[in-house]
Amino acid sequence: MVSRPHGGKLVNRVARGKRLEHLRAEAQELPRIDISYERYIDILDIAHGAFSPLEGFLLQEDYLYVLDDMRLSNDLPWTIPIVLDVDPEEISGVKDGDDIALYHKGEPVAVMRVEEIYGWDKKKHAQSVYKTLDTGHPGVKKTFEMKELLVGGTIDLIKDLEHPLMHRILWPAETRILFREKGWKKIVAFQTRNVPHRGHEYVQKAALTFTDGILIHPLIGWKKPGDYKDEVIFAAYEALIKHYYPENVTVLAGLVMNMRYAGPREAVHHAIVRKNFGCTHFIIGRDHAGVGDYYGPYEAWEIFDEFPDLGIVPLFIREAFYCKKCGGMVNEKICPHPEEYRIRISGTKLRKMIREGKMPPEYMMRPEVARVVLSFKDPFVH
Amino acid sequence: MSPREPEKRGKYTTVSIPVTLYNRIKELIKDTGFTSVSQYVTYVLREVVAAHEEARYEEPFSEEDKKKIIEKLKRLGYI
Repeated sequence: MVSRPHGGKLVNRVARGKRLEHLRAEAQELPRIDISYERYIDILDIAHGAFSPLEGFLLQEDYLYVLDDMRLSNDLPWTIPIVLDVDPEEISGVKDGDDIALYHKGEPVAVMRVEEIYGWDKKKHAQSVYKTLDTGHPGVKKTFEMKELLVGGTIDLIKDLEHPLMHRILWPAETRILFREKGWKKIVAFQTRNVPHRGHEYVQKAALTFTDGILIHPLIGWKKPGDYKDEVIFAAYEALIKHYYPENVTVLAGLVMNMRYAGPREAVHHAIVRKNFGCTHFIIGRDHAGVGDYYGPYEAWEIFDEFPDLGIVPLFIREAFYCKKCGGMVNEKICPHPEEYRIRISGTKLRKMIREGKMPPEYMMRPEVARVVLSFKDPFVH
Repeated sequence: MSPREPEKRGKYTTVSIPVTLYNRIKELIKDTGFTSVSQYVTYVLREVVAAHEEARYEEPFSEEDKKKIIEKLKRLGYI
């Protein structure tokens, strides 16, 4: 059965029809706050239910619970604070209960009912969420660059996303209905921001052996330089699915969501989001959503011990490697051979080969996939 | 507008359980990751409560919503 949304209700804050017309007109008269693309993405995730049960940016009580306990004030697991930061000058004159218009690139994209304006401690935030104060961590760096106050309150989306990959973006209401139509009861999600190599394929197929279907869910949103561009990831997966997956076991759809690189906390967040998309299982990488060496080797798995009430099953599938003796992709649990027979697939090495225009060996990447990736003049984000 | 102190938020309350059960749990959690009976009881209750909540859910989509979404999914080639 398709998973119950987190908190029991799939949020829909996308204004439509007469309400949309009314809010668009009203936005012209309201105090204006300009927001970044990242905050706009948060708004899209809230409005379309990916962040259910959130109906807006966190109020202070929820915010502090998330930092301290990794739960909302109603006890629901929630590990990443979804907050809107503002400068004191731009919010001056606005009080609790007022409506404001949120603008992105000169256009109103949402109307927000301000329920609370509060101060925050950036150091506490960074330490709790990212487990470090090192500004070499991209999430910490962004935290220290954020504005001085936070604003909590519900939002209504009045301008939906426009994106070249719109035909590849599905929201939770759509995937939930899609899974039902396909007759899938056990659905596993795979999060990615990479083109698929043989290790990814192994992990996905291992999960598929005991589920009905897989949602391959590449992230579309802010990424760090050196990550693959969205269109490259999609094209590579399309090639892999076409040549190596049976019919009717995959759904490839983009997820518009920011990467925060918060490691273990973000692994739980990603699981909650996939639950909202209707998935029953979620594959967690060993260093899921990690960056550098800020998190321990299995921290992203161990954190799940604290959440018996998550409502989605985390799958901890070990990293795959090619074993010359076994003659195929295996993992350390099923391969008895010593390290000298094992060839590990390194994402960094693969990126280097692709940057140099070299064809990776078949045990690393399927040739059909490699050819597609190499056909892009510049496959990386700068 | 300064952040509230966490200890002022009243995060815990008391629930009574039979002493016999308390002792049984105390014995059970020896040498496990649980450091107190309260921690164990919280863990188990969260698991049970979530399972009960799960059983109560029904999708809220109207037939019209469903129809529109299915049309879109067909148009995009997902169905």
